[in-house]
Amino acid sequence: MTAMWTLTRYIFSDIIRNKVIVLYAGFQLLAALLLFNLEENPDKALLSLLNIELIVIPLISMIFSTIHYYNSYEFIEMLLAQPLGRRQVFLSEFFACALSLVLAFILGLGIPVLLHFQDMLAFNFLLTGTLLTFACTAIAFCAAVLARDKARGIGIVLLLWFYFALVYDGIVLMILFTFSDYPLERLTLLLTALNPIDLTRVSMMLRMDVSALMGYTGALFKEFFGSFRGMLYTGGILFLWTLLPLILSLRIFRNKDL
Amino acid sequence: MQNAAKSLFILALLATSFPLSAVQLIVGGAHGHATIAGALQLAAAGDTVIVMGGTYREGKLLIDKPLTLIGIDRPLLDGENARDILTLSGKNITVMGFRFENSGISAMNDLAAIKCIDITGVHIEDNQIARSHFAIHLANASDIVVRNNTIEGVPRSEHNTGNGIHLWKCKNALIEENDISGHRDGIYFEFVSDSRIRCNTSRGNLRYGLHFMFSNDDRYEGNRFIENGAGVAVMYSRKVTMEQNEFLHNWGNAAYGLLLKDITDSYIGQNYFVHNTVGIFMEGSSRMQILWNSFSKNGWAMRVQASCNDNRISLNNFSGNTFDIATNGTLVLNEFDRNYWDKYDGYDRTRDGMGDVPYRPVSMYSMVVERNPFTLILLRSILISFLDKAEKAIPSITPELLIDKQPLMKPVRV
Repeated sequence: MTAMWTLTRYIFSDIIRNKVIVLYAGFQLLAALLLFNLEENPDKALLSLLNIELIVIPLISMIFSTIHYYNSYEFIEMLLAQPLGRRQVFLSEFFACALSLVLAFILGLGIPVLLHFQDMLAFNFLLTGTLLTFACTAIAFCAAVLARDKARGIGIVLLLWFYFALVYDGIVLMILFTFSDYPLERLTLLLTALNPIDLTRVSMMLRMDVSALMGYTGALFKEFFGSFRGMLYTGGILFLWTLLPLILSLRIFRNKDL
Repeated sequence: MQNAAKSLFILALLATSFPLSAVQLIVGGAHGHATIAGALQLAAAGDTVIVMGGTYREGKLLIDKPLTLIGIDRPLLDGENARDILTLSGKNITVMGFRFENSGISAMNDLAAIKCIDITGVHIEDNQIARSHFAIHLANASDIVVRNNTIEGVPRSEHNTGNGIHLWKCKNALIEENDISGHRDGIYFEFVSDSRIRCNTSRGNLRYGLHFMFSNDDRYEGNRFIENGAGVAVMYSRKVTMEQNEFLHNWGNAAYGLLLKDITDSYIGQNYFVHNTVGIFMEGSSRMQILWNSFSKNGWAMRVQASCNDNRISLNNFSGNTFDIATNGTLVLNEFDRNYWDKYDGYDRTRDGMGDVPYRPVSMYSMVVERNPFTLILLRSILISFLDKAEKAIPSITPELLIDKQPLMKPVRV
């Protein structure tokens, strides 16, 4: 365990000196400062920041993690020649990567948001952003261990991002129209759980644009997501989105011919 | 000279005749009558009954002759949760300066703190009414002034809570500067004509802040309607003027800032609609002028059903609403022109203050939501913003005629 902790610390301190991670944090900070200064209404600024959270965080997290995995391939091989378990090495890589991305998110978006909001909304923003980073990193690692070829791995990850960010909503729209004659409350809840980006968006939306949503069927969602239980649910599902890909990729990595 | 002498004579006559006929009766205090009921019985038409401070529990009080009832140091009339407290009938009655508490609650009768039946000329001013079923209940009355009263109910459920100020079959009423909260409807109008509702605050009522049925030729202005269950409803009426009111924070399930149902020939001007689920919901309404209003931070600024026609929506400001306009069909018989829309991204090369490209206030997503409300779960999804953009370029499912040909580049100064 201590070996894993040491290893994580080394990789982490290596990553945070990476230019891309610094740029990523800087970009978020710049966007947040600009938006909060330009918009007189901080709610509107937060709405734009939410778009960054929903598009940029998954994209950067996934691509950065994939590239990081491939770039440290030789380092991993070297480590595995030492008396270290595969699980330890893989998890160290994962945690170092995810934690550095989370650090960039907290420094870049988290602090400016916390300066303007100190309520459940801000807390929810930070929580979902952090968990979303973890989930995307896990998904990226999963794709990376699946494909040996770097280009192929990045391709898979880009497709996955495209699917979660865009295509999935189209599918949801189609399903909702196809089955519009049936009661759809539970189905809609289920559908949001099957996409970490959607889940993040909905949980934030119900704390912000409540007025429009509450009118009709929104009342149900509001009741569900707006409560503390809803927050646990969101957090739990996002945690599962980290855990399941991680377990899967760990199993592949263990039995893989490196 | 002769004229002057004549008027002097009349003045002298008036001066001598008034003190003779109008008597002041005092209730309470050291030398006054013991009970209000006793004083009311002794009083003749035109007298003034002055009630000193204290608590009075006297059963049902009835005034059926022209009297002025004045409370000094805000005497408390307690209904002991059993009955109407004060009933007025006849003509020319004034009640001012009292505090009413605990009228009875009944599902059978409309028990009220002040009940006015079959009356002409009633003046209710500067009273406090708390924990009553109905606070002020007027039926078959005319020439009414209700001014500067503070009415505070205990909200229970809709069926066993009465209205704050309730008018049924009345004419020529002035409801002014009252503060109403915690009732079913703050102000309720049914079959009331030629009346004005001015500068009242109606807040936190269970159903509507103002409920308006079958009432023509009325005017309400300068009122504030805040956080009511469903906002303000105006139904089945003609020639109603609604001006300079504020509709704030009426949100929740089926809540509206202003609900218009079967209204014709009315004017809605210079109102503020802020943070309502729906700013204005219109159904079966026609020949309305909706001008110089501001809609901001609403879920929907306006929902104009296809059953509305010949309405003019012009010179309004729309900003920060999730949806500007929604409608339920492709038929549009209303005119939208020269409004300011914050979502408009056109240009003004002619520099006349109006955009050169028309604006379509109905987004594709709002049409989608109208057909299938569950799709609200996709609000602010990236896909939706792409679809909206595509629809703006090539309209296919949004109504073609719902269009502002001259959108303003800057907000209208109201």
